[in-house]
Amino acid sequence: MESSIETASNAGTAIPESNRGRPRKARRPKRGHGEKGLWDSVKQQKYLYFMSIPFVIWVFIFSYLPLWGWTMAFQNYKPAKSFLDQKWVGLDNFIELFQDERFYLVLRNTLAMSLMGIIFGFVVPIFFAILLNELRGMLFKRFVQTVSYLPHFVSWVVVAGLVTKMLSIDGGVVNDILIALHIVDEPIQFMAKGSWFWYIVTASDIWKETGWNTIIYLAAITGIDQEQYEASRVDGASRWRQMWHITLPGIRSTIAVLFIMAIGHLVSNGFEKQFLLGNSLVTDYSEVLDLYALNYGINLGRFSYGTAIGIFNSLVSILLLFTANGIFKKLTKESIM
Amino acid sequence: MTTKAFNATRSEKMFDLFNYILMALIVIVTLYPFLNVLAISLNNSTDTVRGGIYIWPRQFTLENYKTIFQYDGLLQGLQVSILRTVVGTVLGLICASMLAFTLSRVDFRARKFISTFLALTMYFSGGMVPVFILMRDLHLLGSFWVYIFPGLISAFNVFVIRSFMDGLPYALQESAKLDGANDFTIYWRIILPLCKPVLATIALFLAVNQWNAWFDTYLYNGTASQWTTLQYELMKVLQSTQQGGSSMTNSNDMAKQMAQISPESIKMAITITVTLPILLVYPFLQKYFVGGMTLGAVKS
Repeated sequence: MESSIETASNAGTAIPESNRGRPRKARRPKRGHGEKGLWDSVKQQKYLYFMSIPFVIWVFIFSYLPLWGWTMAFQNYKPAKSFLDQKWVGLDNFIELFQDERFYLVLRNTLAMSLMGIIFGFVVPIFFAILLNELRGMLFKRFVQTVSYLPHFVSWVVVAGLVTKMLSIDGGVVNDILIALHIVDEPIQFMAKGSWFWYIVTASDIWKETGWNTIIYLAAITGIDQEQYEASRVDGASRWRQMWHITLPGIRSTIAVLFIMAIGHLVSNGFEKQFLLGNSLVTDYSEVLDLYALNYGINLGRFSYGTAIGIFNSLVSILLLFTANGIFKKLTKESIM
Repeated sequence: MTTKAFNATRSEKMFDLFNYILMALIVIVTLYPFLNVLAISLNNSTDTVRGGIYIWPRQFTLENYKTIFQYDGLLQGLQVSILRTVVGTVLGLICASMLAFTLSRVDFRARKFISTFLALTMYFSGGMVPVFILMRDLHLLGSFWVYIFPGLISAFNVFVIRSFMDGLPYALQESAKLDGANDFTIYWRIILPLCKPVLATIALFLAVNQWNAWFDTYLYNGTASQWTTLQYELMKVLQSTQQGGSSMTNSNDMAKQMAQISPESIKMAITITVTLPILLVYPFLQKYFVGGMTLGAVKS
């Protein structure tokens, strides 16, 4: 524990609020202004250029070039033809998308699972970190932490297998417990009920990532001034009150930053679990925008239509990002943008 | 919350008790599925059908593991998974640290531009279809390199390594320069050895990503049977029974054969095989990745 706490607290001091200077930076050479020509400095730093330019090209190819592919959404893209020979169709693909009834179902699923994911996937780790921090026994604390990180390192393929196993009707532990407690008389077919799907996905996500997501909060908590706790104890504050009035406000800026980041990755992130946990019985609840793009865009070879779905997906992401940022700015007067 | 001074200690004790019970429950809920799967994988497969295996095998056997390793698909998948994990991690570490080194040099002229260029990639992506088309145009479909190339440079990893390098004393580089070392030598001989903790973190991230990836196999190499990975094979086995075998295309498919000889125990043995390598390494790297995570989140 010692070492992990130590690393965490060291890094924790660097959290934005505490503007501890980094004196070493000051000792670094400043780039001379106008002393030398561009060419001289390029020649002087040629190794640095050799060591970075290939990667810039690499990033351009694999991250920026696909953006060029967005033009496909406005074409009737035919793989065999060159770019100039493609037929431009304007907004036809988008119009077709908005006229598809399935699209609205898929959009509903995406938003529903995203919102459930953001609410629970965000709140649970905060509480878990706070409660974990309150544990007295160091050995037990370390044990709980190590165990809680475990599911993060396991693939969604394995997690989906475990979830299916735990919820199955023959020998699944959840049904066994429900029956033993006489809550239900017959095992429930969890995986076959569409209305359960959103909850199963959200719960699996919490199970998998809560431990991992607590790392940063724990580091932030370690950075809180211990004197505040002592002072409040003298004033007779209970543990709950300390958590509410010291710990939570103490990690507020960390919460804000992580919240915005989480929102940014919302819509684009979640299709693995839906793909793996879903089955033909629950598609009306399990299909999300990315899966929709996969089914139409790649499996059916309708590249232009699939790209249009992808673009819409990105727009929804950005919209959510700005909305969340705006709301947060109002509530906490903090923002990352 | 009204807590009076005189029962403060009692409420403290209640709180501790509640907290310990809750944490114990969380530990059980997290560990049970793994123990259960392990027990089933070590149990006689015909006996498993009777049900009632919880955390201890009833009829202990290693047969299931012997069985799964007789399938060519599994061994082949294991090889590809190991290969992509090793190659992906080594190349990823070298590339990310090299780029991070140039970005940590305040005197490097192109630093700002490259940082911004890289940071932007964290906020957008071309989407599934354009990326697929790109891979096809680069002739990466059905090849091993489709596992390595796209993820070679990850902005997050580069920034984590760079913030670690920012903390190293610059005097080291200056003295090496006086001794006549060029920038590459400084990176390779001086900076890299000092970066071991952060490199361990990033190595873990890269290795876990490579080992756990299955979707790129599904998307790009689903028909290139010599390049399928272990996760993909497991995915097919697990999905084949869930979806009533509807997703099968190839009749000599390992997944199909496995689904026919059915048993639960076999599936669980593959699950354990796929999971085990990670379970063995992550507790030892914990102190590194905890540091790395906080570093990355704060500075990016």
